[in-house]
Amino acid sequence: MSRPLHRRNSTYTKGHPFAGASAPVVMGSHMMVTILDIVISGLLLGGIYAVTAVGLSLQYGVARVLNIAHGEFIMLGAFITYSLYTRLGIDPLICFAICGPVVFAVGFVLYRTLFTRLRNTSPTPGAFEGNSMLACFGLLFIIQNVAILIWGADMKGYTYLAFSVDFWGARFAANRLVTLGFAIAICLVFYLFLANTRLGKAIRAAAQDPDTAGLMGVRIHRVLALCFGFGALMAGLGGALISISYQIQPTMGLEYTMIALIVIVLGGLGSIPGSFVGGLVLGLVGSIVTHIEPGLSLVAYYVIFMLLLLIKPTGILGK
Amino acid sequence: MGMEKTTSKKILTFGLVLLLLVVAAGAPLYAPVYTVILLTSILMYMIIAVSWALFSGPTGYISLASAAFFGAGIYTAAIVGKALPLPLMIGAGALVSACLALLVGALTLRLKGIYFVMFTFGLVELLLHFILWWEVTMSGTTGRVVPPAGNATVFYAMLIILAILVLTVFMIRRSRYGLALSSIGENEEAAAHAGVHVTALKIIVYAVSALFMGAAGAAMATRWTYIDPRIAFNPLVSFVPVLMAIFGGIRPLYGPIIGAAIFTYLEEFLITRFPYYYMLIFGIFMVVAILYMPDGLVGLTQRVWKKMSRRNHADT
Amino acid sequence: MPILEGKGVTRYFGGLAAVSNVDFQVEAGEVLGLIGPNGAGKTTLFNLISAAIPLRSGSIAFKGKEITGLKPYQICRMGLARTFQTVKIFGNLPVFDNVLLGAFFGGEGRIASAEAASAAASALEFVGLAGAVATPAKDLTLANQKRLEVARALATCPELLLLDEMMEGLNATEVNRAMDLVRMIHDKGITVVMIEHVMKAIMSVCGRIMVLHHGAKIAEGTPREVSTNKTVIEVYFGERVDASNG
Repeated sequence: MSRPLHRRNSTYTKGHPFAGASAPVVMGSHMMVTILDIVISGLLLGGIYAVTAVGLSLQYGVARVLNIAHGEFIMLGAFITYSLYTRLGIDPLICFAICGPVVFAVGFVLYRTLFTRLRNTSPTPGAFEGNSMLACFGLLFIIQNVAILIWGADMKGYTYLAFSVDFWGARFAANRLVTLGFAIAICLVFYLFLANTRLGKAIRAAAQDPDTAGLMGVRIHRVLALCFGFGALMAGLGGALISISYQIQPTMGLEYTMIALIVIVLGGLGSIPGSFVGGLVLGLVGSIVTHIEPGLSLVAYYVIFMLLLLIKPTGILGK
Repeated sequence: MGMEKTTSKKILTFGLVLLLLVVAAGAPLYAPVYTVILLTSILMYMIIAVSWALFSGPTGYISLASAAFFGAGIYTAAIVGKALPLPLMIGAGALVSACLALLVGALTLRLKGIYFVMFTFGLVELLLHFILWWEVTMSGTTGRVVPPAGNATVFYAMLIILAILVLTVFMIRRSRYGLALSSIGENEEAAAHAGVHVTALKIIVYAVSALFMGAAGAAMATRWTYIDPRIAFNPLVSFVPVLMAIFGGIRPLYGPIIGAAIFTYLEEFLITRFPYYYMLIFGIFMVVAILYMPDGLVGLTQRVWKKMSRRNHADT
Repeated sequence: MPILEGKGVTRYFGGLAAVSNVDFQVEAGEVLGLIGPNGAGKTTLFNLISAAIPLRSGSIAFKGKEITGLKPYQICRMGLARTFQTVKIFGNLPVFDNVLLGAFFGGEGRIASAEAASAAASALEFVGLAGAVATPAKDLTLANQKRLEVARALATCPELLLLDEMMEGLNATEVNRAMDLVRMIHDKGITVVMIEHVMKAIMSVCGRIMVLHHGAKIAEGTPREVSTNKTVIEVYFGERVDASNG
């Protein structure tokens, strides 16, 4: 292969979540502050991981599509937010309301067309899983190339709420706090949605047993498409959150997909609350590792993945 | 009766492939340098596609780690290249990749298939990050140089690797282990209950497939001469052989070979004509292939043939 | 010494005991029937014996050796084979290859290709599928697919054969042919344990019957004893099953 896929210029670029934090979230000089910094960075990272992992869990656990292009939806959310803010000046927190539905629509339409056809033509559920995964592989390259064409291959970023807030004698970077708050809020809203609305219950039923759910009157095809769409929505929102605090690049998706995969295994395949917990755990791990040895957080995640497969593949909350 | 037909068909296939290899072998003697280089790339993709199909074809376990094994071979060459002659260097690359596959297999192949897919998917990124970190932190280098070998040398190395690979695949397929692999793909639980040690077989065959990818990587390293982790571990390499095998057909041995040949040529064409769009085009091809050609090109031509011959027989 | 023996065999699914503290012995050469209402734990018991799933507690011994914790392929090679309730054949492979696999891998040691081929051929002949060797297995009728599974199991040279609802979904003629097959297997000296719902088959073919209900053994004995057992009758809604009706 004479031409490698375009890569980032450096893994240690400032402001990349897998590098050391370029500016600490919390400023101060005490040990406690350092710990607080690590914990909050960890929760922030974890919140983002949780949001994106819940999305993937919906797609794989319910719609049975192993969406390895998940990171590309995250990337889309990030770049849509970036464009809306830098071109049109729309507040990123409002962009959520735009890029969410946009990415949702993309996911929904993809499911209704591509994946439904695959579902109908695949002889077994196993074949469907394999075929849909390979189709996602193709989507990965399509979406990434389109993004590079639109936004260029370089790293981009914007500043938003980049001031510090004083709190309990320590200083916090406002954008990161806001991001953390929103991540928690998104997960909470989604949890309430699943628990209390009719559609939410239909989704939970479909996650448990799609055939029976279908028999019970759940319009299963619509629910599956909606689930896939919601999964994409979460990815898009996750991407928007990422764009607030970190720099972004069209090739960023692959790592986030990997991390989301690790998180859903960590939390237990098929368990949505598990993905949430797993995301937070992994975020904290990442923050700690980054503090000790930047650049090794991804390796650390993989080591956890390996340990998980060796000891308890069913994950924290898995059956 | 059916078995005899299949065996003679297989031997015919094998013979054809052999013939093609012999013809190709003369290339450095009569073809321009550019063609030799292109052929070497085609051979490279053939090796990766056929190795991939050796394991993932019959068993249905879709490995997305081809880039990792290929890259491991490249990087091994980068590390030992100065100290070892070419054949040993290729052997080292093969061995390192095989050991990596054994590790991955031991971790994941005793579990459900989905863990295998997920784990292999991330392996390239993992190795990239880890080696990048190691090189920067421990060795202080950012790139390594591999002593170059001539174009003809690399070409013949790849040809030999491919020939051995094809022979190996052919032997495995017609043996009891080929049958066992197919049965694992059909119904793993039943195969286990029929006495097949499924985990061991999967791990070993996976390692064999990685062996050849690693060998190919080590050989190609001598052509690129400058290697850094980003060059060695390129996710596209995991993706393209899958596409080739599906497009060319997974079941027959020559399927990935045909797919690889078509696609490498197509890639060269596309990269020169549309340097900014080729990923997009490949992605579209992939999706279209999955949607409309699950048996691959070979399956497609078979179905077209069947339809055509049915039209000729009124009473069918 | 019984050829197969289980002590305190227990398995849970979530909080529910699928098999609860079951003791059983199977004597060499007999045909033991395993009956019980749906969900009684019969297939689960087979899955525990063949190591398709692990035990929660208890132990199982085959030919005097402990097999708890072994893998399915090891148990098969020791001489214990089984069929499955939902037929597990290799659909896209020809009938012959389905059985050949068992011949190659199911025996105790390594076997030569020619020997394996002839073992496969005899197994197919035995079950009556010799004429369909090249047919893809998925193109067989259900009854023939079940026979194919039996052939594959027989090709592994078993001393004990577990048959899981071999007659489910078969019509009356097919059931009779299946019963004959079981008798033929028995005549070869192979011990048979069969799960069945078709009562006439169980009653006429089995020398002994074991009854499971909610994961526990509730009765055991000859067909006559079991069919007149009060608990068994209650479990089967008070219907009296007469052994002489066949």
